[in-house]
Amino acid sequence: MAAAFVGALTVFLAPDEWAGRLAFAISLIPFVGSLYLWSGFEAGGNALLGGEIAYATQIEWLEVGGRTVSWFVGLDGISLPLFVLTTFLVPLAILSAWTPVDTRQSQFYGLMLFMEANLLGVFAALDFFLWFVFWEAVLVPMYFLIGIWGGPRRKYAAIKFFVYTNAASLLMFIGFMSLVFALGDSVSSFALPEIAQAIAAGDLSAWFGIPADRIAMVAFLAMFLGFAVKVPIVPFHTWLPDAHVQAPTPASVLLAGVLLKMGTYALLRFNFTMLPEQASMLAVPIAAIAVISVIYGAMLALAQKDLKRIVAYSSVSSMGYVILGLIVFTEYGIGGATFQMVAHGLISGLMFMAVGVIYNATHTRMVGDMAGMADRMPVTVGILVAGAFGYMGLPLMAGFAGEFFIFVGSLSAPALPYAPVFTALAMFGIVIVAGYLLSAMQSTLFGPFELETDYDVGPAAFHDVAPLAVLLVAIIVLGVAPDIFFEMIRDAALPVVEGVTIDG
Amino acid sequence: MVNGLPAVTALLPALLLAVTGLALLLVDTIRPDARSNTSMAVVGAVGSLAALAATVWLTASGGVSPDGGAVLLFADTVKVDTLALFFTAIFASVTALVLVAAHDYFHDHANPAAFYSLVTFAATGMALLAVANSLAVVFVALEMVSLPSYVLVAYLKQDRGSVEAGMKYFLVGALSSAVFLFGISLVYAATGSLILADIASASIDGLAGVLGVGVVMMIGGVAFKTASVPFHFWAPEAYEGAPAPVSAFLSSASKAAGFVVAFRVFTEAFPLEMAVSANVDWMLSFAVLAAVTMTLGNFAAAVQEEVKRMLAYSSIGHAGYALIGVAALTVDGPANGTVMGAAMAHLLVYGFMNTGAFLFVAMAERWGVGRTFADYAGLWRRAPVASVAMAVFMFSLAGLPPFAGFFSKYFLFQAAIDNGFLWLAGLGAINSVVSLYYYSRVVKALFLDDPESPSALDAIDVRPTALYAAVVFAAVATVLLLPGFGPVIETAEAAASALF
Repeated sequence: MAAAFVGALTVFLAPDEWAGRLAFAISLIPFVGSLYLWSGFEAGGNALLGGEIAYATQIEWLEVGGRTVSWFVGLDGISLPLFVLTTFLVPLAILSAWTPVDTRQSQFYGLMLFMEANLLGVFAALDFFLWFVFWEAVLVPMYFLIGIWGGPRRKYAAIKFFVYTNAASLLMFIGFMSLVFALGDSVSSFALPEIAQAIAAGDLSAWFGIPADRIAMVAFLAMFLGFAVKVPIVPFHTWLPDAHVQAPTPASVLLAGVLLKMGTYALLRFNFTMLPEQASMLAVPIAAIAVISVIYGAMLALAQKDLKRIVAYSSVSSMGYVILGLIVFTEYGIGGATFQMVAHGLISGLMFMAVGVIYNATHTRMVGDMAGMADRMPVTVGILVAGAFGYMGLPLMAGFAGEFFIFVGSLSAPALPYAPVFTALAMFGIVIVAGYLLSAMQSTLFGPFELETDYDVGPAAFHDVAPLAVLLVAIIVLGVAPDIFFEMIRDAALPVVEGVTIDG
Repeated sequence: MVNGLPAVTALLPALLLAVTGLALLLVDTIRPDARSNTSMAVVGAVGSLAALAATVWLTASGGVSPDGGAVLLFADTVKVDTLALFFTAIFASVTALVLVAAHDYFHDHANPAAFYSLVTFAATGMALLAVANSLAVVFVALEMVSLPSYVLVAYLKQDRGSVEAGMKYFLVGALSSAVFLFGISLVYAATGSLILADIASASIDGLAGVLGVGVVMMIGGVAFKTASVPFHFWAPEAYEGAPAPVSAFLSSASKAAGFVVAFRVFTEAFPLEMAVSANVDWMLSFAVLAAVTMTLGNFAAAVQEEVKRMLAYSSIGHAGYALIGVAALTVDGPANGTVMGAAMAHLLVYGFMNTGAFLFVAMAERWGVGRTFADYAGLWRRAPVASVAMAVFMFSLAGLPPFAGFFSKYFLFQAAIDNGFLWLAGLGAINSVVSLYYYSRVVKALFLDDPESPSALDAIDVRPTALYAAVVFAAVATVLLLPGFGPVIETAEAAASALF
């Protein structure tokens, strides 16, 4: 594990080659590496709650005020799927960059790979400091990717993205640190498992005269708000459409596919695993926010004319499902949420790429401008439609499996009052999603071709379509056989659920 | 001492710097033409790197160890310990960077020779300041730093701004030297000694008031050297008017020199218990200074339009952070050593990132692209490597996590909290957030903005190799200090803990 990871990191940092081909080749190394990790994966339980950690590496780094910081990485059933997702999406995103990115390619691919290294770090790190370094380091390449290669309003979008997420990180950092301070001498390091277990053991104590339970609540809220911006959930979502629409396609793919998962992953790891008691106290408001995100995100998408904005807003909606799955604290809820993170990563990646391919050909994304694309770009359009069905949760596709698990989990959730009501409301979101996606598809893709353009609109190049096809296959495979990930996810999700039933 | 070498070996770093300065004068005598520029830069850089190597060797060999292994020389007026070596390492690294960068900055200057020797002599003074164990040595060393600095600021004698800045710096500096000296004389009057340890143990019956005034006047001297409020007025003017390598030198090395005085003299000569019992509560004074300095520096930096002036004010802000190292001390505080050690580590990181930032400005001055944020627009297109380095400096100065500046700031604030100074750490954190605003303006200008006219960047046709090397080296050091932070902070904490 360490060899693959450090090796990948050094390879990433070094190259700034002239063509995307080298970047693509290099990005296959971590992918193969992560498949190898997957094949040899044998860990039980949740890494934070005393479970067995696969490929754990812990090297002491330095010491702060009596607590050690270490290079502590490892994977469990929750992080491995996301780890694999990242290494899987990056080569495809790089492929999809070959056509649109024509300036400063070396820097572009260098930043993409640099971001991948940090994303992998986020999912693998088990020490708070290490994790935070990776977490923040993801922002820097994304800032430049949007700011330099983005659309016409790229500067505004890049700065908005940077300021929003940075302020959120600070809030989250303060929240977590207050937990560490309140734990006092009962922890000797910043290792997440140690902290989580100390909290579970009830080692929180008063600090500066503030009672322990209030610190826990404040920390929970601070971290929740911090991560909520990243996810993003309503009302902290306003940076997302700007960032998405302005970002170049490959960056959008990673933004939707992986960066948003950082938020939900962190919510699961920090808020729901470490402070389940506070989470269940706030279950109703959080579930309400989740449902509002689902419905409101879908309604916003319904009102958009720009294909990319539609996909962007539907991410807000999908992430609402994930939050709902997390808050219900059932085996299927949390497992389904994690599964949905992977599924949404694949589907939204596919959608953004397909829209990007169409945009490259037509130079417009407006629903009103286009019609009859199906005649000109049959393969691309076919895949786009398939992806849209995945988004709607058609059975046998990954999106269905994720949403189904979440709904199964949330219908019978002991931790959440009125669970069936929330579930029903959220399910209604699917109807809206189906509605706007179908209407957008209808007006864009079918009918006679009417677009007045100087560009020669024809079938896309092979290297444009290939990543779409690969993604579609992955989505269907996951939909048909969700067990390839779900077993290990459930294994890691169970201890979190058990933690609540014991406390509550 | 190591391997039975004579005790004076402990002074090797300072001696090496002094010899380098003399060697530079010799080179100038042999080849008094402009072409000696390269040879001077090489000699200067090699000399300061040798001094750096000597400090590392002395620290690592353990001959000078924090647990009583300090070497006392010349009737106890000089004391070499880990603290001194740590600071000497900062001085030597900054000097090397500045000397290398100066090679390109002064490439067409009629007589660059004096510049190199003056920088080296000032660095010698700093190294001496770090080992001073007597107030007399402190004062002599301080003047040895100051006098070359005045000349260096006014070095571009054809440039009105440079001369004016030098004049201002000189006047304020002379005044504060006098104040500092008068403070020393009052301390001597009260205690009858100049050796730090003897001052601490002297009986001061009835003279506590005199001692108090003396300490306050000495704080004024330190505040001047570290560019802290209320003696900060010279700093923006001097940093802006001076040649950019000199600004880098002053704001990094010279500032650290001020802090070594604060760290050693105050903790050793006026121990915390005595200071409190004699009502000479210098920690409180420093706490107020730190709070005011960081706030004023950061907010003033936020409204600047010129990059160099912004850096000057932000450098005042960073003086405020480092002052936490003496401000957050309490009697028997559990984290006294950690606080001061964290401040020292911050100064080391700061030495690289701040020097690098000023050297980037030096490069921009060399290109003649202008001084404001708007003038820096789109520089990335023509100078990608240097711009990336500058982005590293800016993010690191702002304290963003991927870079070393995050750790040094975090450790500092955490140590302050451990010692019960939550408010000081909180103020520091708020200031860091403010600083992100103006630091990111530079990054935005470099990478995101388009130049006002396409021809604006045509001036960038020269590739100042040495300047580039210095800037890139500083950036690499800023990044590599992150994984290598363990030994740095441990050395610093050990050195600082020995004072308590």
